[in-house]
Order: sequence, then C-alpha cells, then structure tokens
Amino acid sequence: MHASLADILSDLVQNSIEAGATFVQVELTEEDSQVFFRIQDNGCGMDEETLRRAEDPFWSDGKKHPGRRVGLGIPFLRQTAEQCEGQVEIHSVLGKGTEVKAQWPQNHLDAPPLGDIVLLWVLCLTFEGGYGMNIRRTRQGGQGTSQSYAIDRVEVSEALGGLDDAGALGLLREYITSLEEEIG
Amino acid sequence: MAKMTLESLRKLRVEQKEAIERRDTGDKSIHIIVGMGTCGIAAGAKEALNVFLGEAYTRKMTNVVVKQTGCMGLCHAEPTVEVKMDGMPDTLYGKVDADVAKKIVEQHLLGGKLVNEHVFDYPARDIHKE
Ligand SMILES: Nc1ncnc2c1ncn2[C@@H]1O[C@H](COP(=O)(O)OP(=O)(O)OP(=O)(O)O)[C@@H](O)[C@H]1O
Ligand code: FES
Ligand SMILES: [Mg+2]
Repeated sequence: MHASLADILSDLVQNSIEAGATFVQVELTEEDSQVFFRIQDNGCGMDEETLRRAEDPFWSDGKKHPGRRVGLGIPFLRQTAEQCEGQVEIHSVLGKGTEVKAQWPQNHLDAPPLGDIVLLWVLCLTFEGGYGMNIRRTRQGGQGTSQSYAIDRVEVSEALGGLDDAGALGLLREYITSLEEEIG
Repeated sequence: MAKMTLESLRKLRVEQKEAIERRDTGDKSIHIIVGMGTCGIAAGAKEALNVFLGEAYTRKMTNVVVKQTGCMGLCHAEPTVEVKMDGMPDTLYGKVDADVAKKIVEQHLLGGKLVNEHVFDYPARDIHKE
C-alpha cells in the first residue's frame, strides 16, 4: 500500500487537517540510525472509543469515502512500526487534539524508505484552509553533529504572497530542496 | 544549490511576479485539482502532482493553480485530476500517473486538446447518489 515514510507522514498530517486543526506541529528526526517523528494537532481529538476504532484497519468514520469504510492511516503506521521493531504512541483528547509519535531503526530490513521529503513538506503545507503549521527537521551528519531546519507556514506563505499558484509552489519546492540539501 | 533564506525566497517571488506582468498572461487562470485520497495516493497521485508543479514551474506557467483535494470517491479511477480553464470544458481525468500528467500539460493546457483516453465522465457520481 504505502511505500515510504513520507507517505505515512502525509497521511497522518492529512488526518490532522481533516480533524479541523488550526495548528499542526510536525517533527522528523534522523539520529543514531533511528528515525523519529511526531505530529501534534489541536483538531477535534478522539475519545477512547474512537481512538480504539481508529486502530482498526477495517474502520473509517464513513464520512469521507463514499465507496469504502476502511481507513488505513493509523493501522498502517502500527503495522509498519511493528514489522521493524519500532514504537508508536498516540495520545488524543476529545475537543483538544491529538499527538502521534513513532520511532524505528532506519536500517532495519523492513523499515520503509524515507521517500521524497521535499514533496512531503510541499503537500503538508498546501492543504486547503488557513491552518498554521510548524515543521522541524533534524538530521545527524557524518561527524555525528545534528543539523536542523524549521519551516513555518505563515512565514513562507507571507514571503510568497500565498501558496496558491504554481509559481509560488515551484519556488517553495526550490526553497525546501535547498534546506534539505543543506542538512544532507 | 546554495541555501535559500526567507529573504531570498521573497526576492525571487517579486522577480517572478514582475516577469509575469511583463508577459501579461491576463487573469486567465488554469485550475488543476488532484484527488489525494488514500486510494489516489497509492495509485500515484503524488507523482502526478509533482509533475504538474514541476512542469508549470519550468515552463513558467504561473497562471496555473494546483490544488490537492481529498477523496473524490472514485477509487477505481484514481488518481483523478480535474482541469478547469477558459476555452475548454471542465474535465475530469482518471488514472493519471506521471506520464499522463505530462500529457495533460502538453496536450490539454498548452495544446487545447483533450487527452481522450483518460477523460472520465462521472458515471460513478450517479451510482453513489442511489
Ligand atoms: N489527528 C486526528 N484527530 C482526530 N481524529 C482522527 C485523527 N486521526 C485519525 N482520526 C480518526 O480516525 C479515523 C481513522 O483514521 P484513518 O487515517 O485510519 O482513516 P481515514 O482518515 O478515515 O481514511 P484514509 O486515511 O484512508 O483517507 C478517522 O476517520 C478519524 O475519525
Ligand atoms: S480515496 Fe478511494 S474511496 Fe476515498
Ligand atoms: Mg486518514
């Protein structure tokens, strides 16, 4: 189904946006051959029952996919983490928001590839609506020192005068590519 | 590539806008809406979207608006892409992978001709209403 970590992450961020979040914090860190990520939103949150069902691969709240009742985001994350001996933690409070954290060894045979991180951030930043988002990306270099960059949706949107037309998105892609190369 | 700052990003955007004004493409904007439901993504919607962004940028077609939307309820035809522009009927394309996306840019956006093999005409919508 999903091929990369970028796919899993964009799915989870999409969940946050769909939950009506007005602010989403996204973190992605590669360190000591572990990959770690965290998505925190202030969306509608889930009560225990909903969270339990969200873990079920054969359940989706039925509002979205007229053709199917199967959600894949969270169960797929669990399955991926399990198959490469990693961990997932989900905290959610109804009416407050949700936090999803996961970690696994990057060099595990069954670990998914990282995927296209530049495209991932472009996608995360261009969902419809006026939400805020802060992205923090950290990577350990060859000498063991970590480098990181941050992207703030309000800031880039302001610099580009909106994130609508392909001209702005093209420049956004160039911008993120340069940040990603810098820590590469 | 040298590291870009928010300042350089802002500057590039100003230059880009000036270039557009000189060419005066008017406000005939083209809208491309890519269905990014789970099925769409699994079937390659991200790659298609990336092609639209790349092509529009390198061809300096800055009057193009590229948007992602959620599930369109058309699993079997994913990835789906809707194209709206002056002088052409609003068109829904199905099974748009990276190659088809490129074809849509060249044929539909620039050539004013539908990519017939991939035009999808909403029969599923009526079925869902039942
Ligand atoms: N961040 C979140 N905040 C609130 N509810 C959430 C969040 N993430 C998931 N959920 C709930 O869990 C359900 C299952 O999520 P999941 O991503 O597995 O499927 P889906 O979003 O319904 O469909 P798909 O991701 O396949 O398009 C969602 O329908 C939603 O009700
Ligand atoms: S993405 Fe296929 S039915 Fe929603
Ligand atoms: Mg989801």
